[in-house]
Amino acid sequence: MKLTLHIWRQKGPQEPGRFVKYELDKVNEHMSFLEMLDVLNQELIARGEEPVAFDHDCREGICGACSMVINGIAHGPQRATTTCQLHMRHFKDGDVIYIEPWRAKAFPIVKDLIVDRSAFDRIIAAGGFISVRTGSAPEANSIPVPKDVAELAMDAAECIGCGACVAACPNGAAMLFVAAKVSHLNLLPQGQPERFIRVKAMVEAMEREQFGSCSNHRECEAACPKGISVSFIARMNRDYRKALWKTVEHQGGKAEGISQFRG
Amino acid sequence: MKLDPRIPAGPLEQKWTRYKNTCKLVSPANKRKYSVIVVGTGLAGASAAASLAELGYNVKAFCYQDSPRRAHSIAAQGGINAAKNYQNDGDSVYRLFYETIKGGDFRSREANVYRLAEVSANIIDQCVAQGVPFAREYSGYLANRSFGGALVSRTFYARGQTGQQLLLGAYSAMMRQVGLGQVKLYPRTEMLDLVVVNGQARGIIVRDLVTGEISAHAADVVILATGGYANVFYLSTNAKGCNATAIWRAYKRGAGFANPCFMQIHPTCIPQSGEYQSKLVLMSESLRNDGRVWVPKKKGDTRKPTEIPEDERDYYLERMYPSYGNLAPRDIASRAAKRMCDEGYGVGPGGRGVYLDFADSIRRLGKHVIEERYGNLFEMYERITGENAYETPMRIYPAPHYTMGGLWVDYELMSTIPGLFVAGEANFSDHGANRLGASALMQGLADGYFILPYTVGNYLANTKLEKVDTSQQAFRDAQKEVEDRVKKLLSVNGKRSVDEFHRALGKIMWDLVGMARTEAGLKEAIVRIRALREEFWQDVRVPGDASDLNQELEKAGRVADFFELSELIAQDALERRESCGGHFREEFQTPDGEAQRDDANFAHVAVWEFTGDGKPPVRHSEPLVFEVVELAQRSYK
Amino acid sequence: MKVLSFYSTTVGKKLVMAITGLILAVFVLGHMAGNLQIYQGPEKLNHYAELLRVSMPLLWTVRIVLLLSVLLHIVAAVQVTLQNWRSRPKKYAVSAYQEADIASRTMIWGGLVVAAFVVYHLLHLTLGTAHGSFKPGDVYHNVVAGFQVPLVSLFYIVANVLLALHLYHGMWSWFQTLGFSHPKYNRARRVFATVYAVVIAVGNISIPVSVLAGWVK
Repeated sequence: MKLTLHIWRQKGPQEPGRFVKYELDKVNEHMSFLEMLDVLNQELIARGEEPVAFDHDCREGICGACSMVINGIAHGPQRATTTCQLHMRHFKDGDVIYIEPWRAKAFPIVKDLIVDRSAFDRIIAAGGFISVRTGSAPEANSIPVPKDVAELAMDAAECIGCGACVAACPNGAAMLFVAAKVSHLNLLPQGQPERFIRVKAMVEAMEREQFGSCSNHRECEAACPKGISVSFIARMNRDYRKALWKTVEHQGGKAEGISQFRG
Repeated sequence: MKLDPRIPAGPLEQKWTRYKNTCKLVSPANKRKYSVIVVGTGLAGASAAASLAELGYNVKAFCYQDSPRRAHSIAAQGGINAAKNYQNDGDSVYRLFYETIKGGDFRSREANVYRLAEVSANIIDQCVAQGVPFAREYSGYLANRSFGGALVSRTFYARGQTGQQLLLGAYSAMMRQVGLGQVKLYPRTEMLDLVVVNGQARGIIVRDLVTGEISAHAADVVILATGGYANVFYLSTNAKGCNATAIWRAYKRGAGFANPCFMQIHPTCIPQSGEYQSKLVLMSESLRNDGRVWVPKKKGDTRKPTEIPEDERDYYLERMYPSYGNLAPRDIASRAAKRMCDEGYGVGPGGRGVYLDFADSIRRLGKHVIEERYGNLFEMYERITGENAYETPMRIYPAPHYTMGGLWVDYELMSTIPGLFVAGEANFSDHGANRLGASALMQGLADGYFILPYTVGNYLANTKLEKVDTSQQAFRDAQKEVEDRVKKLLSVNGKRSVDEFHRALGKIMWDLVGMARTEAGLKEAIVRIRALREEFWQDVRVPGDASDLNQELEKAGRVADFFELSELIAQDALERRESCGGHFREEFQTPDGEAQRDDANFAHVAVWEFTGDGKPPVRHSEPLVFEVVELAQRSYK
Repeated sequence: MKVLSFYSTTVGKKLVMAITGLILAVFVLGHMAGNLQIYQGPEKLNHYAELLRVSMPLLWTVRIVLLLSVLLHIVAAVQVTLQNWRSRPKKYAVSAYQEADIASRTMIWGGLVVAAFVVYHLLHLTLGTAHGSFKPGDVYHNVVAGFQVPLVSLFYIVANVLLALHLYHGMWSWFQTLGFSHPKYNRARRVFATVYAVVIAVGNISIPVSVLAGWVK
């Protein structure tokens, strides 16, 4: 099939960006979307042009590196699918495809389609953990976890940290990501001692990163490659509300230790 | 090159306890004076960084990904082994140890493997406490599943995303230390060289992948946890960024490289669909618990699989290995699939595939059970192939997956360069010539959580370390070399892209250094690799420049190292005149086509020493002494 | 201090919006229920209006609560909206919504129009300064005379459609924001919000329509 691509090209964080149009034929329906871009890049290299920079790594939908808005939809038209797992059979000959990076204040563009998502790491550093030192764990089966609780925690824990929720949210909010991380740990018995410290620390860290607020559009859920439910946002809101009545002082840091993108 | 494995004395089951009781400790006040560099943030790297930081060491952690959470450990699906014996099915530390040694075809160190089995139970405790949502029974207690190469159910799992959940656990522990300032994190930063001062590993040279800046970092200890090198095949189940550069640079600085030819070809991957293919996707081996592998009995049968009657199907694994059946170890299952396809029974495009059929299990257990166990894998399969595996069997084919070889390490996980520790897939230890399913996660976490925190301390407490800083000559020289190399790659300005070269290299490796190797083929491979490498340095085109984010440049550096490593792999395969585990030399096989080991001549670890560019490397060997286990022909029949 | 730090996050602000929004929504329902007495004739409606003024302290308590709710609701809404705009400084060239509906996307605009309408409504039917023939105490007359002006009625109708749209999203959304979510009831939440919005819209709009149609004189 033959495609017309409009791809966002931006040399660096401070440079102005623009769409560049590329015509591409020889696209095969069994290719993944990224393989289609590989083909384009090989052509660009052959023509002496700079290839399109995009984040990708595992190419099997789990590392969360790939990040493209395809015709206005984060990760493209197929639900619950990362860009790398999206295959060209979902497009047809003659399609015009706009490819943009995640757009959010908290995710500055590094180059072309690559953005800096270290904000997510800083949120985790603020409280996305259970403070258990190596070696101090009790025997694993001494903490029974009801199956439904474990399953629900796993639903939340499936988050791959790709940032599609932020990209899809009209407000550039990170609520689904943070809610998934908070819920995963706050649901489990192991996570109870730090439950309220955690939610407060992580919500405040999210605030510092200048993400937007939740308007309950549910665009995040629709874009999430793991189909994580917005009900976790409700769960986080509940814990945050309850944290108001609890004494919570957290000793967690603010993740100044990340050598972050300096653009 | 001196190869002293430094295995503690005493009976096997007491060695690790004895080591822990007698190793030297660093006092709490002194720990904060030491700095540790950890390269790689997968299971081994993140767990080591977290655990060492908890102890009070100053840790710097580096990864090439934009976030440490994306290290390729995240893609491990099936599970993690531990000798908990929660199933009361006869498991024990000894049995896990024995199965791992046997699974590795008796090419690993007894003491290391026993220690691995010993700490396996602690890993599960640690991960549960961190909040890893392992699968549970209705009682709330932990669930287990069985896995290839084992006769007991000892595998813990979190749906089909066990690696992800374990990594997120280790990552969260490390990020806690980042928040506390004990770990400094350098994402999108790639290690391009090791700095050795006075014979000790004292730092690394890195390139900031965003700005292109090349800089030096000094420390008292360097830990490499940079994963394996299966991407030498171009098409593998590894992430696109996985590379051998860190370990290869360390090799060229004097670290011995052990058993480079021990590579694992995983039996259950989705077959290649075309020339543009950029990677192969693995379907968890756990699928073999409930799926039956078969091919049509008739060569070149083009009927739909569902139309082929039962008596015209060859369930060849069940036929050839009645006691393990579909759960035969990976090397055996892979080779059997290749053999069936070579003989013309293969299915799908190009006849490179066999069926993995769930129809029986669905009939027996119901679709919902299969869906609960493997739902996400079936979804993934459908996303990639467009086929519904609940209705028609999956097609699978082997693909390069894991490398048992790696930098040689002693019992303390220290390489032949003092102060350079190697953990996880990057080292050679524990898995011998073949790794069993669900053992990689176990090893990575064992190394990082429970072994390095002791052995690094022991090294520091026993070693006199001069003060170093990055303005010293050794650092400046190493940095200059890296800068020159980057310039060189950019200056070739030829016609062919890095990927073209990588693909061509991969083809040579797959055809001649893959699942079945011969002397003639390996010799041919070496000649062809050298020729291709020459071409690479004359005709590669790396667009862009060195002073910003340049993905082609990153790839070029990695492929350049793969070119050198691949030759060593072929050479090691050539020298190992026996078949064992994943290394299958066609000249050495039993009459019924199984691997024929040569324990008299090859019960050793082959360790390669770099002697200079253009000079042949020197092969050393560390004899493997089996005090407890009796060497036996591995049989899964 | 604690409350301030709580309010400093968008999650806190949204909680405030949910609670105040809920108060206002309940008021709107009660207000509508009372006003529908217009169909029972002038005596009934005027008596009801008098009843509301029986206790001045109570009336002012309610008014203060409502006023505070309105203020907090608007201030928080403006704050989070401005932050949302800052969080997405560059828009996508192509936008495609998968779940967000017209209601959720127009909350701020619908809300501001409704706010302006409330001011007018107070001037029109409470204070009478924006009314041609305002008779203090004769609510029935004021309503009927007011709505006989087609333009005024039109504004009431438009404002109530926007209010309904606002409630359609808001009455679903507050559960989420306050953290009341359960797979069993999530579907019911949608039904609840829809019914709530439709009842308010139909109830309120019926009055100007009835006046214009001459059913209520």
